[in-house]
Amino acid sequence: MKAFDGATISWGSTEGVVELALHKTPCNEIGSQTLDELEKFVDALDSVLTAHALIVHSTVPAGFSAGADLRELYHRSQALPANERVAAVRDFIERIHKVMNRLDACPLTTIAAVHGVTFGGGFELALACDLIIADKTARFCFPELRLGLIPGFGGIPRLKRDLGNAVVRDLLLTGRSVNATKAQNVGLVSQLAGEGEALRMARATAAQIGKFDRQTSATAKQFIKQIPREELRREIEIFCELFTRPAVEAGLRKFVESSDALPYLP
Amino acid sequence: MPTTPTIEQTVEQVLALASAHFKVPRAELSPDDDFFKKLGISSLQVLDLLTRVESHFGIELPDYELQGVSDFRTLAQRIQARL
Repeated sequence: MKAFDGATISWGSTEGVVELALHKTPCNEIGSQTLDELEKFVDALDSVLTAHALIVHSTVPAGFSAGADLRELYHRSQALPANERVAAVRDFIERIHKVMNRLDACPLTTIAAVHGVTFGGGFELALACDLIIADKTARFCFPELRLGLIPGFGGIPRLKRDLGNAVVRDLLLTGRSVNATKAQNVGLVSQLAGEGEALRMARATAAQIGKFDRQTSATAKQFIKQIPREELRREIEIFCELFTRPAVEAGLRKFVESSDALPYLP
Repeated sequence: MPTTPTIEQTVEQVLALASAHFKVPRAELSPDDDFFKKLGISSLQVLDLLTRVESHFGIELPDYELQGVSDFRTLAQRIQARL
């Protein structure tokens, strides 16, 4: 796989392991530029015929990702006539769903090595991976209800697929963040890493995975990990319906204009 | 059976934790200080402090309980309620 160093992400491959690094400050907010580059990445991933594992990680100290770029979402939306806003949001959401679905179904074994803030769309990116290895500084959160929205990158159907519905309700309906220990206790996190050790542990895990026959691993994954396509489609519809409500514009404006020291907290 | 620390002990542990992690001398921190200003931290770093508090005390402290909280003493009171 040819190495790539973009404005928001970079990737490379060595010894059968592809590594995708998120490197956009302040905390890997996912906007149009990141989406463009993620689309290039999943296209490039299709040509990988010999690798056995993919590691997704962040080089930004604040965390794995704070999720969707709400400032860009707000400003782009405001720049459009009111009757074109939902169509623009739908286009973005449809595109990010395609990226997430391709990652989810990727024949490689995929590992998210996370630390710090792993919120919203960043959490959803981690959930598209097969395994989550979390630094003990990691915090997971779905803050979208604070904005009058639901998570829009496929996180709820995937979390519901992987964990009990009660856990999903707790995270979704309270908007609270949980630490890595709690996340491991509920089965979300497969391995807990010491501070700064998640990537090293992910590489060790990828090396172990490399001992197995690639086709057998891919077949096992395909058997055990179904993509909840119907719910993912429904999520897009609900997200777009909610986006038309005045509460969303007000919530986004409040976030963008906030001088509050705690914009990420409820 | 371990006894529950007093609120004074909890305050002291919070101050010691903040001092060690954010590299501010303990002598410069007081219970009623605004931790945003005193530690010079952002909202994202408050989440880091929350994680360390949860780990140190072995509790879960939902972040909505931190809404409006900016001093060490009130933070310690929120912690104390879960010990």
